Parts: sequence; structure tokens; C-alpha cells
Amino acid sequence: MKIAVCIKQVPTREWQPRLNDDKTWIREADASFEMNEPDAYALEEALRLKEKHGGDVVVCSAGPARVAQVIREALARGADRAIHVEDDGLASADAFVTSAALAAAMKDERFDLVLTGLQSDDQGFAQVGVILAEKLGLPHATIIMEVNVDGSSLRVKRELEGGWFQWVAMPLPAVLTIQSGINQLRYATLKGIMAAKKKEIRKAAAPAGASSKQKIVSLYVPEKGKKTQIIGGSPAEAAKELVRRLREEARVIQ
Amino acid sequence: MIVVVAEQRGGKLNRATWETVVAAQQLSAFAGVRVGVLVPGAQASAAASEIAAADVQDVITLEHAALEPYTPDGFTAALQPAIAQLNATYVLMPHTYQTRDFAPKLAARMDRAIVTDVTAIKKAASDTAFVRPMFQGKLTADVVPQGPAPHFITFQIGAYRVDQAKKGASAARVRAITVEADASAIREKPEAPFQQAKQAVDLSQAERIVSVGRGIKEQANIAVAEKLAQALGAEIAASRPICDAGWLPMERQVGSSGQTVAPKLYLALGISGAIQHLVGMKGSSTVVAINKDPDAPIFEIADYGIVGDLFEIVPAIIEAVKG
Repeated sequence: MKIAVCIKQVPTREWQPRLNDDKTWIREADASFEMNEPDAYALEEALRLKEKHGGDVVVCSAGPARVAQVIREALARGADRAIHVEDDGLASADAFVTSAALAAAMKDERFDLVLTGLQSDDQGFAQVGVILAEKLGLPHATIIMEVNVDGSSLRVKRELEGGWFQWVAMPLPAVLTIQSGINQLRYATLKGIMAAKKKEIRKAAAPAGASSKQKIVSLYVPEKGKKTQIIGGSPAEAAKELVRRLREEARVIQ
Repeated sequence: MIVVVAEQRGGKLNRATWETVVAAQQLSAFAGVRVGVLVPGAQASAAASEIAAADVQDVITLEHAALEPYTPDGFTAALQPAIAQLNATYVLMPHTYQTRDFAPKLAARMDRAIVTDVTAIKKAASDTAFVRPMFQGKLTADVVPQGPAPHFITFQIGAYRVDQAKKGASAARVRAITVEADASAIREKPEAPFQQAKQAVDLSQAERIVSVGRGIKEQANIAVAEKLAQALGAEIAASRPICDAGWLPMERQVGSSGQTVAPKLYLALGISGAIQHLVGMKGSSTVVAINKDPDAPIFEIADYGIVGDLFEIVPAIIEAVKG
């Protein structure tokens, strides 16, 4: 089975946001980056499917030169090769531009299965996997918690809201967006890191003519909805004051 | 026309549809365009008569074999001609799991913009901007959709309040439309929805909740939070990563994929406050956040905050409660 996994590189969880001069994007020079966590679960699921059914796992990423870091990491975890659609404009691209870039680079590969994370931790559109399915002409299912492949057909467990689930069957090839927590992640071994150095990364150019369908006119730190009373002092003082306010002001504990 | 696509099952609307109608009413005032609610699926007329109480111009039902049961192929095939027929300028939907499953496909099929997870609408000089969280809620963006109409907008659950819905003086007109769509071309074959485990714990009824996030660092530390919960007479809960790791059972998860809670007291320990978590608990009366990061989004909705090491602060709170 030939499996593609789309991964994105996003700022780390510890990153403190800083804005660029016109306040429409972040100052990338200040950010450190890592693999988008939902995509890491998609990669792990692809590696497990390969272990079970055989085949190849191909990592696909659309982004500037810096995304080579997460591509190497995915190769070190066990992916066989990679496709990197490289363009500086992809750093802040919307879901249409990203999907167009991925679809152009992926369409001739004729993958049996394409996995993505359910959304990214940066722009958080939750769109790329679904739009990619449409552009590749494939059926899809989103927010998947279990993947079963049987010959040329697929049966997946889709998460619904409020603790409900649903099984959905569809023919291969197909696109799935994977929910975080579907599996336990593995980490790269030293052997994997060494092996990754020899694996192929095919560079592709971003297709011309894909124009953005949304424009960020302003980016800012959110306005606080509530006035948070920050309680200072030593841990003991702060704790005492918090308990006093919860008893006397908020009256929510006895 | 601003078209709200209602979400209903067996004639029963979900609450988020009403929230989206509130957003549509606000957008209508900005844009000077009337609102229609499109109710797709079997038994649409029962849901249509409920939503006709809202102050909207039109309620339109759409029944078609392609719409039952729900599939992304079927919804895309049936809704595309319906939206074209209604001359929609905007198509508004709640940002539910179902919307997330088909709306990007529908927008891509029509080659139109889609802005997701919107929390507010801003009228600018010439453009209407849609406000949405980015970077896990650390930043907020004002976004203007580009290109020809219709523009698809999905609204975050809980961003608009149902009790703000304007009701009409009399019920809106309900009419049915028909479309051509090929139900035999649907590739996804869904089975009936099911609940995995019976929900032994109903957190929605809890008066007090102590909830843990990544800041708890390791499974052994859950005991610290449990002691605090015991001292406060609270239930223990968690954000998604904790349940994913198996440190607490899934039934203790609060957020969009877990339970929605509204206790008197919600005490968040080491929870940064990703949107998916906030939607599950922002109805809480009093929110306390304890986090080492002063910029964590959880502080934006907290009433009381302590910035610091929860492993020092939590034992001190237990002490203070007892003392």
C-alpha cells in the first residue's frame, strides 16, 4: 500500500507570539518550529498501516525551506521518502493554496491512502485534508479514530461530538484526517536518524495561479473577555487569598 | 441572500443552528441582505417550523435521497445546486464536526472562500471582516474572504448566544426547493452512530470541577489534582492530551470532543486553553486558572489567576481550604 502523510511545521507550544511590522503575520525569525501534533498522529498511523500491510510511506509537506526539519524527523521515524513543495509564500498560505500545492505534487503518485492531521496548531483551518480530497477526486472522512484496510476497501471510525462515533466504509484510494490520540507516538531512534540522511526528498515547485481566498487584515493578541484578577505573592499567600475570594466573593466553595 | 445551513437530525435542530442564526442576523444588519435558513435532510419540515420562529425572511426545506444518511459526497452534491438556486452571498454554518466534514469540500467544489471557526463579525470601512482564533488561541485574526460570492463562514460553537436570537412578529414563510443530484455517486457508506462506553461520569451536573492539562507533566502527578478535588468537593476532569495519554479515562475529558460543562467553579491546572478545550467549559460561572505561562489563553477567560508552579500552589490551596 502506498500511503501519503501530509505534515505541517508549526511554531512550538512554548513559542511566545510576536507580530511582524504590518501586524498581519507573525515574526517568523523569532519563532521555533516543530511538527504539527495532529500530523504526528497521522504519520504514526501510516507507519502502523505499513507494518501491517506492507508498502511505502511518503511524507508530503508544503512550506518554505525550514520545513525540511520536520520532513527529516518524519523520515527518521520511519517514512520511506518525502515530497517537499518549497515556496516562501506557503508559510502563511490559506487552505486552498496549501491544498493546491500538495495536490499538484501528489496527483501523479497515485497514492492508495492519504492521511493528514485533523487541523493545524497554527492557522487551525481544519480544511486542507478535505479540500485535498476534492482536488484529488477522492472520497474522504474526517476526525478518524481507527483505520481498517481490507484489500481495496477501507472502514474507519469517525469521531462525532459528545462521545459518539460512527463507522464509515469507502473504497480506496481515499483521504482521512486523523484525530490526535488515535495511537501512541513513536520517537526517532538513532538508527532511524542515520537512515533518514540517505532517504530521498523530492523537491517540487508550487503551482502557478493558486490565489489565496482569504486575507488576514489584522493579527493581534486577543482582547480579554473577562477581567482576570491575577493573585500574586508566594504560593502560600496566593493560595490563601484565592481560597478567601472563592469563599467570600465568588461563593463557590465552603 | 445570507443562507444559514441548518443542522438537524430526524426533524430536531441542533442548538448551534440557532447560534448561527444570531450571527446571520448581525451580518444581515451590516450587509443589508436578507436571511434565509436552508434546512436539508429528511423530516426537514419539523425543523423548519421551529426555526421559522426566528426573525428571518425565508425558511427553505430541501429533501433529497443524497442527504440521508449524512455523507460528505451527498451533502456536497445536493447543497451546491441549492446554494446556487438561492443566489447566496454568504453561506453560514455552525462549526460542528459535520460541517467540518463537508463544508471545505463544498467550498472547493464551488471554488469559493471558506473562513472557519469564526467568533465575531466586524464591519470595516468597505469590507466585512470575520474574527477567528489562530495559533491555538494565542492570537486573533480579522479575516476578509477573497473572490466572488458566496463566501462560506463557519461559527465556533458558543460564540453567539441563542438567547440573543431575534424572533419574528409572525412565523417566517416556509417553502421547499428541489435539486438534481446523483445519490448513486456517493462513495462513503456510513453506519449508525453509537456511543462507545456508557458515560458513567456526567460532568455536566458537577458543581465544581478540577481539571488538569499538559502542565501536570506526568501521570503520577494526577494524584496532586485528585487531592485538591477531594478537598474542594469537586469532580476531576482533563483536557484532551491527558485522556489521549490514558492518564485519565476519556469520559473525564472536557472540550469539543468530550463533555460540555458549566459548573459553579472550574479550576484549570496547567491547561493552556486551546479553543477545543474552552468551548467545553466557558459556560462555567467562576473560572480559576493556575499556569506557569502568564500569556496562556486560559487567562483570557479566567476570573482568578495564579501565575506559577502548580506543584507549589496546589498543596498550598489544599492547606488553605482545610485551615
